[in-house]
Amino acid sequence: MAGADGDDSLYPIAVLIDELRNEDVQLRLNSIKKLSTIALALGVERTRTELLPFLTDTIYDEDEVLLALAEQLGNFTMLVGGPEYVHCLLPPLESLATVEETVVRDKAVESLRKISQEHSPVDLEVHFEPLVKRLASGDWFTSRTSACGLFSVCYPRVSSTVKAEIRQHFRTLCSDDTPMVRRAAASKLGEFAKVLELDYVKSDIISLFTALASDEQDSVRLLAVEACVSIATLLPQEDLETLVMPTLRQAAEDKSWRVRYMVADKFSELQKAVGPEITKNDLVPAFQNLLKDCEAEVRAAAANKVKEFCENLPEDSREQIIMTHILPCVKELVSDTNQHVKSALASVIMGLSTILGKDNTIEHLLPLFLAQLKDECPEVRLNIISNLDCVNEVIGIRQLSQSLLPAIVELAEDAKWRVRLAIIEYMPLLAGQLGVEFFDEKLNTLCMAWLIDHVYAIREAATCNLMKLVEKFGAEWAQNTIVPKVLGMANDPNYLHRMTTLFCINALSEACGQDITTKQMLPVVLKMSNDQVANVRFNVAKSLQKIGPVLDSNALQTEVKPVLEKLATDTDMDVKYFAQEAISVLALA
Amino acid sequence: MSAISASEKVDGFTRKSMRKAQRQRKSQGSSQYRTQSAPVELSPLPQLKDAPSTEQQELFTQKLQQCCMLFDFLDSVTDLKSKEIKRATLNELVDYVSTNRGVLVESAYPEITDMICTNIFRTLPPSDNPDFDPEEDEPTLEASWPHIQLVYEFLLRFLENPDFQPSIAKRYIDQKFVLQLLELFDSEDPRERDFLKTILHRIYGKFLGLRAFIRKQINNIFLRFIYETEHFNGVAELLEILGSIINGFALPLKAEHKQFLMKVLIPLHTAKALSLFHAQAYCVVQFLEKDPTLTEPVIRGLLKFWPKTCSQKEVMFLGEIEEILDVIEPTQFKKIQEPLFKQISRCVANPHFQVAERALYFWNNEYILSLIEENIDKILPIMFGSLYRISKEHWNPTIVALVYNVLKTLMEMNCTLFDELTSSYKADRQREKKKEQERDELWQKLEELRLSNSTLVQNNSHGLPSVQNNNNNNNNNSNNNNTDAQDKSADAAADAALTVTTNNNDPAESATCAK
Repeated sequence: MAGADGDDSLYPIAVLIDELRNEDVQLRLNSIKKLSTIALALGVERTRTELLPFLTDTIYDEDEVLLALAEQLGNFTMLVGGPEYVHCLLPPLESLATVEETVVRDKAVESLRKISQEHSPVDLEVHFEPLVKRLASGDWFTSRTSACGLFSVCYPRVSSTVKAEIRQHFRTLCSDDTPMVRRAAASKLGEFAKVLELDYVKSDIISLFTALASDEQDSVRLLAVEACVSIATLLPQEDLETLVMPTLRQAAEDKSWRVRYMVADKFSELQKAVGPEITKNDLVPAFQNLLKDCEAEVRAAAANKVKEFCENLPEDSREQIIMTHILPCVKELVSDTNQHVKSALASVIMGLSTILGKDNTIEHLLPLFLAQLKDECPEVRLNIISNLDCVNEVIGIRQLSQSLLPAIVELAEDAKWRVRLAIIEYMPLLAGQLGVEFFDEKLNTLCMAWLIDHVYAIREAATCNLMKLVEKFGAEWAQNTIVPKVLGMANDPNYLHRMTTLFCINALSEACGQDITTKQMLPVVLKMSNDQVANVRFNVAKSLQKIGPVLDSNALQTEVKPVLEKLATDTDMDVKYFAQEAISVLALA
Repeated sequence: MSAISASEKVDGFTRKSMRKAQRQRKSQGSSQYRTQSAPVELSPLPQLKDAPSTEQQELFTQKLQQCCMLFDFLDSVTDLKSKEIKRATLNELVDYVSTNRGVLVESAYPEITDMICTNIFRTLPPSDNPDFDPEEDEPTLEASWPHIQLVYEFLLRFLENPDFQPSIAKRYIDQKFVLQLLELFDSEDPRERDFLKTILHRIYGKFLGLRAFIRKQINNIFLRFIYETEHFNGVAELLEILGSIINGFALPLKAEHKQFLMKVLIPLHTAKALSLFHAQAYCVVQFLEKDPTLTEPVIRGLLKFWPKTCSQKEVMFLGEIEEILDVIEPTQFKKIQEPLFKQISRCVANPHFQVAERALYFWNNEYILSLIEENIDKILPIMFGSLYRISKEHWNPTIVALVYNVLKTLMEMNCTLFDELTSSYKADRQREKKKEQERDELWQKLEELRLSNSTLVQNNSHGLPSVQNNNNNNNNNSNNNNTDAQDKSADAAADAALTVTTNNNDPAESATCAK
């Protein structure tokens, strides 16, 4: 087998290495991305003795090339001869883990973590762990940052003396001089805590956690909040109060909004980690404060968590806590000055109705929903509408329908096409919940108006919407309400509207069935094949291809085929192209 | 919601100007967090100048304490009277420390720094506009500026007072103070950053013990900016300070300073904001004037970070290279001429005319011209290919004219070499083509080998590349179809002239309509 040992005559390493050295970055990049092919050509032996040393020593390259290299090496174990030789990959990855560029370094660390699993316990201590130590005591911050991500993968599989060393290194990095390293350490604190023995979690990790959580830089402190979740999960309930809570309380009141934001953002996880008792005593007031925070960012993050927080409250006191502590804050947020806060709240507030039940929903939540449906910011209204299903289950949508309609109409005509797009997407859902009569009476005109919107994306979504409505209300409804209007647009002076007819037919033919398609839609499509705009004509070809399977063979042969054949001789090359495509797909040739 | 006019309804994107106007109206942020309790109403104290000299010190302290009261400036109607009293008091304090001698007694230092810290040190508020672009957008201005400005003014006068004693002040203006001061450089308010710049410069000048610390912290800010957040509003100001610090470095340069140059200042060139480049170039040139042996690593560093997609940045890089070449020593020039001119030759051939033009302007620089002439036998072969090709096929007539001039200049420098290159041009191109073909063949063989092996060795990515190749081919085909079809939209658009006018504003439309 030529590949197994490499074939000198065919693939001299010099040529391959020349490729890796090519002056053109793009070519170097291509070569690096195919590094495994090169290694395969060289065979495992020469890959170890020639290729890897070359990569380690001579590669000084653009970050893009280095990134590709770092990624490749993570999958190289088999190419150097399996787990037995996997440590050969460490030297090049070690240098990659020290480069400046973060993405390269991160990728190198990722690959190192991956291949660490392929090391035998002995190799891990002989080769891998010394590398981690070298990185951890490197001069420049980059290597120390990289080291932070490697402790947790080797810790569980080494002897207790080496474990002690690793813990010591991690401690040192947590109080590193440069904030970059402290940030890296703080972000890995939770992960490292998980692999430590419980005693060391209590003795080592807690003091590191406390120190990082009161770091002078808020960028470090906020990372400690993340670690807090993992640490709290590891500790027995009785230790939480003394070991974790003082720090968490401090974080929730931190003078930097970034830290408070982080607390709000992680609130559900924290809540689960500390358990119901502490939640009742500590987290409820803390959550109230976050909902009333002076920075909108923090309030929005907390508002996002309202539903999850309430859901996870202990069942015995859930309703009482919500009614007396949370709901008053929520009421204030409904009229917040910041639209992001309001829209964050609107995206979850409907979820409270299932928790509180019918009576409370009608008495307390409904006024809030109605207020938000009238909010000046379209996103708020949209978020309410998009979550209607939760309320529907509890109190039925009728309670809301009077306020719903004006809100929907206004969103349907919003100046921002993305808002219009969003409301279209909820139409099928609304139609299902409001019923066909309400729909015909109030919403049908909107759905038809979107078909002639100025923005293509809206027209496209409107087409798709019609299809879903037909699936819901059936073909007969389609025939009476939609199809005539759609087909009427085929005579519109604007070619974009004429094309919309075709797009609608594409979407509707299947849902409407053979009868409607053959009798009503097909004649219109065929007639449009004489349109003066080429775009319309080639879309006719595409439509015929699309609706062909719905038609019977008689119609195909007698009506569709002649038209396609005529289009296939069109003066326009695209019309020809699509006509020919349709002919071959429908097998009419 | 007010009724929306038809023109607005077309699309939200067209209303950027309107959204901006809205933002400007409320572009005032403040960052004072939770003033412990509602502010107590201030009552005016007697004027310092009217007080007997024995009581002045006591009154000064009282006024400083009074100024520790913080007010909410987002609410423009509350505490108007107290706000005015604090403003007047601050004005008086500024006046007091700048005109009087002997007012900075030792006991006043803690009171003074306390007042300053309370007022200026705060967590900056979240930006209204997460993608704040200093060149495009209006900055959010600090709402409490009427007070903060005076406090900065006061701090500056305090530092500049002839009686100011760093030996006493260093107990209060310490590392922590500096750290908090540096964090404020992230303020979006340019007025604030300007004050901070002057103040930090004064502190650097007066507190020798803090200098190394300040430099290190600035490094940290830059590194974070480069590798972590890509966001810090005060980079340009900090660079300005560093520019003048570098100027004062003693020779030979310490390893720390060289490390700053290579590991911080050069990577800083990856920054998005173009406004930084002037200050960067200044710092780099400062270094090179101090120590010319740094030229080679610096230019190699710049070549490493050479912009690939941003033409505007490329123009800035070329500007910086020219500034460096202006001060380069001929011996240093020889060391980097090859990689440098390979890049310049790529720039000359850039389809963006501004890049090409900027590179060609090098030939208007007498000093650079003399360096090129000295090394014409090395440079001409590098440049010839691009210049020759561009002279035939660049779309922009100005560039073509410039290239002709450059070719003429180069020809005059070494006529024989020029003729040789002209005659071998075709052969060279053919050799290149052949080499490319050989490369393709090599890879194809490797690919085949890989496929035959894929059953033997279990490796995750086997077989994928060949499949991808097929896909590429398919894509190419369909792309061709697309381009053909695009011609169509023009006819169609003309046909539907009625509607075309409204479609202009519509990105989603034009994207699909083209098809």
